[in-house]
Amino acid sequence: MKRKHRLMQGNEACVEGAIAAGMKFYAGYPITPSTEIAEISAEKLPLVGGKFIQMEDEIAGMAAIIGASLTGLKSMTATSGPGFSLKQENIGYAAIAEIPCVIVNVQRGGPSTGLPTSPAQGDVMQARWGTHGDHPIIALTPSSVRETFDLTVRAFNLTEKYRVPVILLMDEVIGHMREKVELPDPSELTIIDRKRPTCSSEDYLPFMPEADLVPPMADFCTGYRYHVTGLIHDETGFPSNSYQVADQLIRRLMDKIEMHKEDIITWEEENTEDAEILLLAYGCTARAAKAAVKALRSKGVKVGFFRPITIWPFPEERVRELAEKVKTIVVPEMNLGQLVLEVERLCNNVTKVERVNKINGEIIYPEEIIRKVEEVL
Amino acid sequence: MPSALVEKYFRADKLPQIWCPGCGHGIVTRAIAAAIEKAGLDKDKVCVVSGIGCSSRAPGYLDFNTLHTTHGRALAFATGVKLAHPELKVIVITGDGDCTAIGGNHFIHACRRNIGITTILYNNNIYGMTGGQYSPTTPKFEKGTTAPYGNIDKAFDVCNLASSAGATYVGRSTAYHAALLTSLVQNGLNNDGFSLIEAISGCPTYYGRKNKKGDAVNMMEWYKNHAVNIAAASKMTPEALEGKFLIGEFKNSPEPEYTSEYQKIIDRMKKER
Ligand SMILES: Cc1ncc(C[n+]2csc(CCOP(=O)(O)OP(=O)(O)O)c2C)c(N)n1
Ligand code: SF4
Repeated sequence: MKRKHRLMQGNEACVEGAIAAGMKFYAGYPITPSTEIAEISAEKLPLVGGKFIQMEDEIAGMAAIIGASLTGLKSMTATSGPGFSLKQENIGYAAIAEIPCVIVNVQRGGPSTGLPTSPAQGDVMQARWGTHGDHPIIALTPSSVRETFDLTVRAFNLTEKYRVPVILLMDEVIGHMREKVELPDPSELTIIDRKRPTCSSEDYLPFMPEADLVPPMADFCTGYRYHVTGLIHDETGFPSNSYQVADQLIRRLMDKIEMHKEDIITWEEENTEDAEILLLAYGCTARAAKAAVKALRSKGVKVGFFRPITIWPFPEERVRELAEKVKTIVVPEMNLGQLVLEVERLCNNVTKVERVNKINGEIIYPEEIIRKVEEVL
Repeated sequence: MPSALVEKYFRADKLPQIWCPGCGHGIVTRAIAAAIEKAGLDKDKVCVVSGIGCSSRAPGYLDFNTLHTTHGRALAFATGVKLAHPELKVIVITGDGDCTAIGGNHFIHACRRNIGITTILYNNNIYGMTGGQYSPTTPKFEKGTTAPYGNIDKAFDVCNLASSAGATYVGRSTAYHAALLTSLVQNGLNNDGFSLIEAISGCPTYYGRKNKKGDAVNMMEWYKNHAVNIAAASKMTPEALEGKFLIGEFKNSPEPEYTSEYQKIIDRMKKER
């Protein structure tokens, strides 16, 4: 295949990534600034033998992708703020029933209808704790168009591998921004498919984990007749009222993340070797932070850059190590302080943590970050 | 000794079920199994989806590919299953609260799309699982724990609702009229598009007790004495029909099914490229 450069929007790159990862099913409900993901999926899916359906609301979109995934199709939905709120109950269902699925949230200003066409990063905590109860979740945040492609592929790979719902936490800037990108040849991509049972249907225990804590998943209606429920269930899949079963199930679901966090967690860092001040940023704000680092370095300020790419689970160990080396961590984000809570927790009052927050629908500019750094110098 | 039907289609090790003695849900579930037997379906190709409620517990006892989802959302999950794999027989088991209150939106849209799902709505006119609150099908002036002075909401006629929303096969029976129920479900399964079968099912524990309907036997007698088959009703006077309700097949008008329409798009695009 000939490589070609294309001018592409983040939302389009998301669909390209999804198709490259093997997406065969999309269900959703339109909402700005995620709508292009639905529109492009509607156009592309039937061309690859996949299915698209516009459901009656986001609750239904989330439900439909779970149903489709259970039959073996790689499935995705996309939304923003209000729709992300509506998806939460069934995200919990996907977590407890271990159904692979990708949920894209192109963040806009909230709460409620908020600022429909403006960027924000206010759903960081909702991505982690939006559905009730202790539950595993993985959330990835791209900060460029090309990375949106890569992380969409990765989101599918992670959800297939661990049977944990994966949230692609974008923002309006990344979703709508156009960049020139060169997409990789499909042969260069690593594509992961869920483990399927190798035993006979008589021997199949649908929720019996293997050593990696992940149970092999049989496609529904292929001869392995089993039961799936959102109730606490044992390895047979049937509900149980046993305290022990409840304890074991929830701990195993959480341990799937804990055991594999080295595989799941990724980040980017620059200029951290000699840094005295660390800028920690994600999504579109990381672009401003990177520009700020460049400008400050040219003035001789020892500032470094850290960008969590996986924000849930948070790269705790690396941030803790860096916190021990630097004097101050500055966390710019387009909310009133969400991911900074993780940073503060890890710094435990030893390293100073400074915030740069903005919630008016405008992006954070490099100058605003530079000003904060100069203040704390 | 379990009957051959129970042996073949029920997960015997999950019995007895959680339902109260006298609950109509067991009879309705058995009627569904009988319809599947008559329709001669391959167990491996049947997916039974439910929401949350006493009625929605039924799939746990049935030996198919069973999916017990969230409250009200069974039809939305089932839509995903059916669209992903149109060759499957998808059956939804739901309650009056599950289907027409919290799931009402999904219900009208599944009807409107005419997607190939056979829905059996266990209508006990009450929220059983949560202890007897009024539902969208609780008759006006009757009681529930949240309508201690009588319910002032008007009840849905779920069959009319389904018909006008676009379901292509619609019928109603009761737990007393189990043979009719089986044949309606069987016809529903044979309809390519969306079918809605309302199964009136007694909840003696809450609806019966709250509304002084007597015990389970009294409730069954009431269905027997008040249900009129639509075929017979046309020959009856309005006076004779006073206080009665209709059962039978209300609508059977096949139309193109949703997932096959989608497949046509896939096929057309293949040709054009
Ligand atoms: C989102 C949500 N809201 C409320 C409930 C509580 N709830 C469980 S079952 C039920 C009502 C079920 O009534 P119906 O569908 O008529 O079924 P029945 O139990 O009468 O068979 C309710 C309100 C729930 N599980 N989830
Ligand atoms: S509460 Fe009512 S609906 Fe539920 S099992 Fe008992 S009798 Fe049946």
